[in-house]
Amino acid sequence: MDEYKGKTLSWRLSAGVVEVALNRPPANEIGLRMLEDLERFAVSLPALESKASALILYSEQKAGFSAGADLRELFEQAQKMDASSAAKGVRGFLERIHAVLNRLDTSPLTTIAAVHGVCFGGGFELALVCDLIIADKMARFCFPELRLGLIPGFGGIPRLKRDIGNAVVRDLLLTGRSVNATKALSVGLVSQLAAEGEALRLARLTASQTTKFDRATAAAAKLFIKPLPEDELHREIDIFCDLFKRPVVMESLRKFIENPGPYSHQP
Amino acid sequence: MKTIEQTTDEILNLAATHFKFPRAQLHPGDDFYKKLGIDSLQALELLTRLENHFGVELPDYEVQGVSDFHTLAERIQARL
Repeated sequence: MDEYKGKTLSWRLSAGVVEVALNRPPANEIGLRMLEDLERFAVSLPALESKASALILYSEQKAGFSAGADLRELFEQAQKMDASSAAKGVRGFLERIHAVLNRLDTSPLTTIAAVHGVCFGGGFELALVCDLIIADKMARFCFPELRLGLIPGFGGIPRLKRDIGNAVVRDLLLTGRSVNATKALSVGLVSQLAAEGEALRLARLTASQTTKFDRATAAAAKLFIKPLPEDELHREIDIFCDLFKRPVVMESLRKFIENPGPYSHQP
Repeated sequence: MKTIEQTTDEILNLAATHFKFPRAQLHPGDDFYKKLGIDSLQALELLTRLENHFGVELPDYEVQGVSDFHTLAERIQARL
């Protein structure tokens, strides 16, 4: 399917570039609906890969790329179940999202995340599956999961470790602070900085560059330089699920949902 | 090195420009959430603009609980 419009995202193939637009108001929170649309995209990916050189992932929501996992949905679903069923449900979700993100991560296409605004938690993890992140100078990146008694669960830590120094990973993870795109550029997380509102335009220019290269060569180079950290990704799911069972997590989720406060964009 | 007054003035100018609010109506002691009518995401935008303008990093935990321009200026001043 060269074009598709789903509930939370759409994609289209044009001039050798697949553009995937996230569009779930208000901030592309990643819940079941987006997972289903991403899975639908993953099914279409092989056919798209035979006709394209690059893929751009971007957001049509003003708030930003993505604010992360749909914490309200997570809390509401987990509340309805006993602890054991909730844990199984979480593991099931994580395994599905990992399957999709791993598929994107290892696509032979050159993948580019065009980021503006908030790129937090699961949204940050989604951007990290891409080969390049092009961010506008108003973008912010954050792993706030420790505030909920959790760690990033969509593969963020193994991918971030793959890309940047461990000291920066520790800073982001252990403080839960958000950093701006200029900082992200300085540590090698972001490859190009765009003026406000210009990330997608720069991503398109970069993507068009890739259409000049032999695809088999580019795919072989990518496979060589971008290993999938499979063992760590599996381990991350196990750690997340173990942490999730603790009462502090549901309490933190409840507190965030019911009293978001002035920093309601992050827990 | 800027004085705290200069820093505060630059913050007020930036906030007025970005949120299209009359500069003359902004004062150091104002609660910027209430005065500007902004939400948390817009506050983050302001944070990013201030970081870019002053060339500093302001960890979120340092500004959580801060709601007036003067205290914000103090946080920034400490990093200049």
